[in-house]
Amino acid sequence: MRYVVWGIIVLLIIAHQDIWYWDDPTLVFGFMPIGLLYHATISVLAASTWFLATIFAWPQGIEEDTMAAIADEPAPSGEASE
Amino acid sequence: MISLIIISVYLMLLLGLGAFASRLFRGTSQDYMLASHSIGPFLLLMSLFGTTMTAFALVGSSGEAYAEGIGVYGMLASSSGIIHSLCFFLVGIKLWSFGKRYGYTTQIQYFRDRLESDKIGILMFPILVGLVVPYLLIGVIAAGTVISNITEGAFSDMFAQYDYGVPPWLGSLVICIVVLIYVFFGGMRGTAWANAFQTMVFMVLGVVTFSVISTELGGVHAASERVLEKHPTKLMRTVDKGEEEAYEQQFQIWERLAWYNWAVDSGELELTPEQRETALASMRPGPPWQRPFNQRRAEADFAFEHGLLDSLTPEQKKTAELEQDDRIVPDPLPEDYVSRPLESFPKQAWEPEAIDFFKDQIGHPHEEGKMTRKQAMGRYRAMRWAPEEPHGINPWAFLTYLFIPLSVGMFPHLFQHWLTARSASSFKLSVVAHPLFIAIVWVPCVLIGVWATSAMMPDNPKVPLVPPHFNPNGVLAYMVNQLTNEVLTGFLTAGILAAIMSSLDSQFLCIGTMFTEDVVLHYGGKKRFTDQQVVVIARVFIVLIVAITFGLSQLEMRRVFTLGVWCFSGFASLFPLVFASIYWRRLTKAGAYACVIAAFGTWCLLFRDSNFGGNPNYLFLGVMPVTTMIAASTAAMILVSLATRPPSDETLAKFFAPAESAG
Repeated sequence: MRYVVWGIIVLLIIAHQDIWYWDDPTLVFGFMPIGLLYHATISVLAASTWFLATIFAWPQGIEEDTMAAIADEPAPSGEASE
Repeated sequence: MISLIIISVYLMLLLGLGAFASRLFRGTSQDYMLASHSIGPFLLLMSLFGTTMTAFALVGSSGEAYAEGIGVYGMLASSSGIIHSLCFFLVGIKLWSFGKRYGYTTQIQYFRDRLESDKIGILMFPILVGLVVPYLLIGVIAAGTVISNITEGAFSDMFAQYDYGVPPWLGSLVICIVVLIYVFFGGMRGTAWANAFQTMVFMVLGVVTFSVISTELGGVHAASERVLEKHPTKLMRTVDKGEEEAYEQQFQIWERLAWYNWAVDSGELELTPEQRETALASMRPGPPWQRPFNQRRAEADFAFEHGLLDSLTPEQKKTAELEQDDRIVPDPLPEDYVSRPLESFPKQAWEPEAIDFFKDQIGHPHEEGKMTRKQAMGRYRAMRWAPEEPHGINPWAFLTYLFIPLSVGMFPHLFQHWLTARSASSFKLSVVAHPLFIAIVWVPCVLIGVWATSAMMPDNPKVPLVPPHFNPNGVLAYMVNQLTNEVLTGFLTAGILAAIMSSLDSQFLCIGTMFTEDVVLHYGGKKRFTDQQVVVIARVFIVLIVAITFGLSQLEMRRVFTLGVWCFSGFASLFPLVFASIYWRRLTKAGAYACVIAAFGTWCLLFRDSNFGGNPNYLFLGVMPVTTMIAASTAAMILVSLATRPPSDETLAKFFAPAESAG
């Protein structure tokens, strides 16, 4: 599922280049330019895809690993070593 | 005046919010700068969205849609919905882990450690702060413009030269001071609360603005259909043939006028009384203020039709066009003088002439029969300058706009949030909601901007609501002012200012944190200053940067959108550095220096080449300049890294999983 999510994101980036609506001034529902509606839909699809990503592609265990590493390591410095 | 009172009350409310947050301030510099990492998912979303969207979203998007059409949404809004969240995923989560493990609070602390270089901070600090300045500038300029446009006529005898409204410089100054005060009182916690509050205010009032404006324009259908009829180019990304033909006709008429004016003014031609009488017989009707222009136009048509302008040389005609369009005639004339397009010649100071021309008709906007200075200048431009050529969007520019949202990977305020968030999971809401929030704000703004191109005055359907050559930065405020009553105007303006301030506050605090952490404490030593002294030093630095930004905002105006794109392009050109620092073990200190220098160098060169943002449609090699910057910084980083000594095993073990660092 993780690869499906990343695949959808790649598809969204490709779909973003909508040369097919480049010269189309059609008003959908009588007021919405089709090019604008298309890209607004991309925004909604992006939100849906990122929702899936937080479920299926979120790095598993990163918080637990980080907390475990903190417990094992000395106090952080936040400064360069040079 | 009612609008001004509502705006003032709103600003007081913000100050109160900052003061309330200060009661929860724990007195330490850590709490002041980072709110002790206590910001939850909702505040984080509001803060991130409010800061990222800024004046760019409301003022910039509507203005740019007015100038360029609906394509602006695809160029930056839908692309940001994909790319911003991608950066959160690829960069943000990893950085959160590093920040948590090693205690980083700024990006320079991280890079110093990852690149094993103390001096990388000396190189990066001025560049990052220097790129934040245009980000602040966007808000400061937009705030002044909006307040000035909205408050026209608020005073009976003050600020006559600003149409009896608040001068733009004063509006900008007040907004800077208000944001400074609530940031100083409330620190990160107050800023996050103010940000969340203001983001909600501008989103709700944005929807209200859209609803009111669309109703005043006769409904969404009527407003859009008018655009389809008058400027269909604005509804797509290529030029409509009919609109192109209409433009060419208008341009020919304008050329005749330019040639005739020049011939008369230079003494080359003078119509006889009989010729003038014949010419004026076919003069177009119009209001009294338009009469001198219409007379000249009728005379020009007569002169052209009777061959009286045939003796002008191509150079004389070109000079005539430049003078008519208030552009500087070069001396000496270049070889390609005749063939060069008009836009390549800079404008001269035309405002005094416009004001002088209409001086008897300029007065208080509430006075019968008087026009404002802004209206006078608008009418002067409309009557005198060349018609605006419709233009589409270059597909390569559209494609390469995709690189610009990569800037979020290097925004200092976002970087700080990533490094210091309570948990990685607190970003989930932001990742999902960000594209939706962008759509909620941008779609109405883009529609309003496009409608502005074709809307007519409610009381006179023959007169365009927004005159030609209108400053795109002022479109939204102008529409609000023209189409709503004073009470609603006040509230809607508060919403616009909320968007502007919700960006300024985080930036102010962020540069303060960077200065104290990366310069003062790093070089001065952590034990040298008390917590209170650190907070004071941060505030002094913030005031200094705000003063510089305010000073810059008083220079020549640029389009908010254009400035934003240049600012974001600069940050985006540094994205390869942060990406490589996380995913490429072979990145070296020297490679990082090469990357930053190449990014900064190409940014400076291309920005200069674009007339310092003066050319809003500037492309380099047919693509957005950000493409060249990223290509240069990436190439420099890879080549120099491969040619220099790899990082130590200790550093690799610190930032990469054992299996990865083993190779």
